Amino acid sequence: MIKLENIHRNFQVGDQTVHALDDINLSIQDGEYVSIMGPSGSGKSTLLNLLGLLDPPTSGTYVLNNTSVTELNEDQLAALRNKNIGFVFQTFHLIPRLTAEENIELPLVLAGIEEKNRKEQVNEALVAMDLIDRASHKPDQLSGGQRQRVAIARATITKPSILLADEPTGNLDQKSGLNVIEKLEQLNNTGITLIVVTHDADLGARSVRSIRMLDGRIESDDNPGLA
Amino acid sequence: MLLLRDATRFSWFALRANTTRTLLMLLAMSIGVGSVIILTSLGEGARNYVTAEFSSLGTNLVIVIPGRSETSGADPATMIGITERDLTLDDAIALTRHPKVSRVAPFNIGAAEVSWQGRKRETTIQGSTHELLALRKWTMTQGQFLPRADIDRANSVCVIGSNIRNELFGPRAALGQWLRIGDRRFRVIGILGSEGQSMGFDVKDAVIIPVASAQSLFNIPSLFRIFVEVKTREAIPKVMTFIKNTIRERHQGIEDVTVITQDAVLKTFDRILSALTYAVGGIAAISLFVAGILIMNVMLVAVSQRTSEIGLLKSLGASARAILNLILIEAVLLSTLGAIAGLIIGHVGSWAIRYAFPVLPAYPPTWATLASILIALVTGVLFSLLPARKAARLDPVIALASH
Repeated sequence: MIKLENIHRNFQVGDQTVHALDDINLSIQDGEYVSIMGPSGSGKSTLLNLLGLLDPPTSGTYVLNNTSVTELNEDQLAALRNKNIGFVFQTFHLIPRLTAEENIELPLVLAGIEEKNRKEQVNEALVAMDLIDRASHKPDQLSGGQRQRVAIARATITKPSILLADEPTGNLDQKSGLNVIEKLEQLNNTGITLIVVTHDADLGARSVRSIRMLDGRIESDDNPGLA
Repeated sequence: MLLLRDATRFSWFALRANTTRTLLMLLAMSIGVGSVIILTSLGEGARNYVTAEFSSLGTNLVIVIPGRSETSGADPATMIGITERDLTLDDAIALTRHPKVSRVAPFNIGAAEVSWQGRKRETTIQGSTHELLALRKWTMTQGQFLPRADIDRANSVCVIGSNIRNELFGPRAALGQWLRIGDRRFRVIGILGSEGQSMGFDVKDAVIIPVASAQSLFNIPSLFRIFVEVKTREAIPKVMTFIKNTIRERHQGIEDVTVITQDAVLKTFDRILSALTYAVGGIAAISLFVAGILIMNVMLVAVSQRTSEIGLLKSLGASARAILNLILIEAVLLSTLGAIAGLIIGHVGSWAIRYAFPVLPAYPPTWATLASILIALVTGVLFSLLPARKAARLDPVIALASH
């Protein structure tokens, strides 16, 4: 469960303070499917990074699964990210010298899990993402859709409770974009919290709950009742 | 926490993905390590060569040379205008009267023509006694060395080296034949088996006759040297004082000889050449530091090239420590591989020197090998700390956005 209270995130640009997030209050229950929409600079990416523990708030409290993460140090945040949060990026962010399989197992490697215990999990993920015949291909031998599915497999390999997707279909054609979205929704159906940041109104419309942001504030939230 | 094996594999893949960069760094590191090994092996080779040359004279050796090499102020000899006295056979005999002296060999030298049945050869004639054989640690292949006889007996016998034997006698037996040396005849009683250099003469070209015979042959009453072998190393200073005192007494109170120890000469050379080895080794080690700075540069470039990758690793849950370790392991891998390549270059190089100059025992000293590897590793890690810390401190949000 995610609970944000009075969250502010300020950036210093020259002598000007930019309020990227301005007093955000937000609750997201386990297993929700949320889209965050809004124009460029509205603060939606900043909110996603903050939810993903990559960016600390300037002030306010963030409680994730009953832990107040604003009090944790960097190493504790890293460990929490590894276990609880999966990221899917617009530009995939695969490491070009590693195969699909090696990219997928990276979070397990970083967690210090022995090689023999990794293989089975990686195989399951490959099967779930229809990538079993692409396991030993390098990213440059894969299509855009396949790359994004590798990225999803990587994001979910540690069985996180939250999956954060930043414009996951932004670099894909419509067909593979739809395929990627279906994969994400399948994961949501198994209980994972799915939060998608997007420009795409069609994509936003698929979500159960839709949040619109403007100038660092939540402009509308069509299902705050869940909170 | 990231396992070492996985971290090493990850870094290894990163190195392999940048072949040119990796090979250039390996080249720099290996040249550094290689030059330390080659240069120190040269220095060490020179030292061993000189030491071996001097050791062939025998150990615990004291050498008495006529004349003084030092200037002293109110020397009565210079006041009255007396020249130094000859170093005589009696002086040599007098030196045997010390309990710590094991051998005394008077020594004379001159050039003369040696001939047998029309074959002639100019060579160096050495005059000495029976004691010279053991003192020089020579061996005989045939016959005997000069006989044990009174030091002042001018026997007409000689011992020759293998070259002289082959050139004058060819396939015929030399032992028992009468050689002509200058205007006298000497019977060949032994042939030396030893080889190599001694005091700048080739032992194979040696002709040795009794010292008294040499004195009359060359008509010089003074000895060229007296070699004194001392029983123990500790007794050398005492024996040197004894020699000076004895000679002074015998030469009317004038100390007109120079007494040196072979040991002292050897030690001086040893010190100079060791210092030289350290110096060239140190100069070569500078190239290792240069290689270290190169590693720092290249790792800094690598970190900025891989900024988005580092951001990704952080988003996947890599701690700052894990990122630091990954970069450091990459540097350690590079320096280790560079050091191994350098070891090969160094050892092949010093082998090539030994092959080209067989007299020079150019073996790299162990300390130089170990030190160069250690310096390579330490500089590799030290100079990677800065790039590694830079990588570890990257803000993941900014790092991910960079492309």
